[in-house]
Amino acid sequence: MSGSEYVTHFPEVREPLLNLKGAPGKNKRVLPAPFDPAGAADLPGTGGLPDLPDVSEVETVRHFTRLSRLNYGIDHGMYPLGSCTMKYNPKITEEIAARLAPVHPADTGAMGPVLERLAQLQDYLGEICGMDACSLWPAAGAHGELTGMMVIKRALKSRGEHRRTVLIPDTAHGTNPASCTIAGFVTKAIPSGENGYLEASILRQHLNHDTAALMITNPNTLGVFEQEIHTIAELLHENGSYLYMDGANLNAIMGIVRPGDMGVDCMHVNLHKTFGTPHGGGGPGSGPVLVRKELEPFLPAPRIVRDASGAYVLEEEPHPESIGKVHSCMGNVSVCIKALAYILSLGHLGLREAATTASLNALYIKNRLKKFFDLAYDTPTLHEFVFSDALQKEAGVTTMDMAKALMDFGFHPPTVYFPLVVAGALMIEPTETEPLQELDRFVQAMENIAAMSREEPEKTHESPLAAPVLRVDEVWAARNLILTWPDERIQPGEEGI
Amino acid sequence: MEIPEQLFYTEDHEWGELEDDLMKVGITDYAQHELGDVVFVELVEVGTAVAKGDPIGTVESVKAVSEIYAPVDGEVVEVNGVLMDTPELINQDCYGEAWMVVLKVNDPSQVDTLMDARTYQAYIEAEAK
Repeated sequence: MSGSEYVTHFPEVREPLLNLKGAPGKNKRVLPAPFDPAGAADLPGTGGLPDLPDVSEVETVRHFTRLSRLNYGIDHGMYPLGSCTMKYNPKITEEIAARLAPVHPADTGAMGPVLERLAQLQDYLGEICGMDACSLWPAAGAHGELTGMMVIKRALKSRGEHRRTVLIPDTAHGTNPASCTIAGFVTKAIPSGENGYLEASILRQHLNHDTAALMITNPNTLGVFEQEIHTIAELLHENGSYLYMDGANLNAIMGIVRPGDMGVDCMHVNLHKTFGTPHGGGGPGSGPVLVRKELEPFLPAPRIVRDASGAYVLEEEPHPESIGKVHSCMGNVSVCIKALAYILSLGHLGLREAATTASLNALYIKNRLKKFFDLAYDTPTLHEFVFSDALQKEAGVTTMDMAKALMDFGFHPPTVYFPLVVAGALMIEPTETEPLQELDRFVQAMENIAAMSREEPEKTHESPLAAPVLRVDEVWAARNLILTWPDERIQPGEEGI
Repeated sequence: MEIPEQLFYTEDHEWGELEDDLMKVGITDYAQHELGDVVFVELVEVGTAVAKGDPIGTVESVKAVSEIYAPVDGEVVEVNGVLMDTPELINQDCYGEAWMVVLKVNDPSQVDTLMDARTYQAYIEAEAK
């Protein structure tokens, strides 16, 4: 900002990197010295002290306050990011979790009641999912997938089998094949049927003696319930294979049907999606794993157990067949406590109503907008659905253009170009926490975009026109990654973020 | 949409050009168009033995990450390293400079399982509907 022009955007629009604001001597405060800086160069792998910017307090506070005003979160408005379940996070859960903040994990006395609460959450998740045992330690959804697949790997080993292949439907989240690969399996994508769900007859063609498991998301990323799940489970079990369920979309079915009753052997849930804890930058996440009885011995260590006096403690000796630790201490405990508070505040009927309202809200948007956008699959959907850009493409307008245009109406864009089975996918999940007025506002915005695509298609290529940061060159950014500081491509005096 | 007459095509939009027992493989004009601007390419190592349908590389655009599959069984005898630094070649010259790997084909008769240009043309027209 030169100060010689009128401010047409908020000043934070041009907030430079904090590093560019630094100059020797700007910081007048005395820093605590945790160790002798002279010796730091000897620390293994550090390469000396980090090049921290020398900035004053007021500059630092303004820097982060300005950046925070560029942010968009669920507390600002609707965040219809499909498959992410960006529901509103009730503030009471923050309040309750904050009370446990002073407890140190090494303080066994103080930890007793905390472990009791964690055991309670394990039981509730088991009840909601219809599974026998639970481990809360995985730190996120993909970590839960990895842990679950490690459990399956260990179970196969214990049976003396070396099955290597995990089948994954083509509607799967990208993390699924990644987690299986890291757990030491080979993955094979199998096509969904023409109605957008996996047909048992398709699965049958791919089953053989090397099939360790099928990893399926139910409802899947098209928002379609996997209606042949019972037959699928039977086929797998007859073949000696496991059924793993990615619980990413549990929000659509909690309190209504239970994965355990569908024949699922192992699964994870995302507390930061379904159970109302912060997601994305507000995290951390938490991805508890749940298993059927026969897989319990392989769960991560340590398990929560009760000692002779009935107190809740961590077991001292892990089960000999446990896969071992997957996280230091006890996972993301504060997230677990928030999820427990969420479950207790809603109760069974409240959880069920959250699920049905999530589907109702999604269906409301889908039905109001389906005359303006192409629906790739006409199968009934639950909590989310997928449009394509087929109708707008004729005028040269793409999903990316529409996602950018939506920002001008004050919404976070939906998930785009995913799932891969739909070309130009726009995946919309409003969740149950959006009031009708906000859903109507979103529908109106999408109708405006459909009209703009017909009448002034070139305008959509320039979108967003009113967001703090205008159209960015994503291709250039992806081809010219700048991941470290300093970099000769960023020079003091340059404006922009 | 350009579909050269002399090439073979797969349902996953790879092309193959056979010369004796060597097959040059890349992705089609349709594929590069659907992907949009390619920003990253990763290919398997020379010497890798692959079966038809096994991944031989990964192509990343700002929209999506897609795997590239072997059109036939064979051994990877050459990879196009130039693509690592200049992935945009895939958008500029997908049938020429942006070839991805060369396979030493195990069984040349397997080429009969691939589509010719005319069948592929009909295939992408049907897929677009």
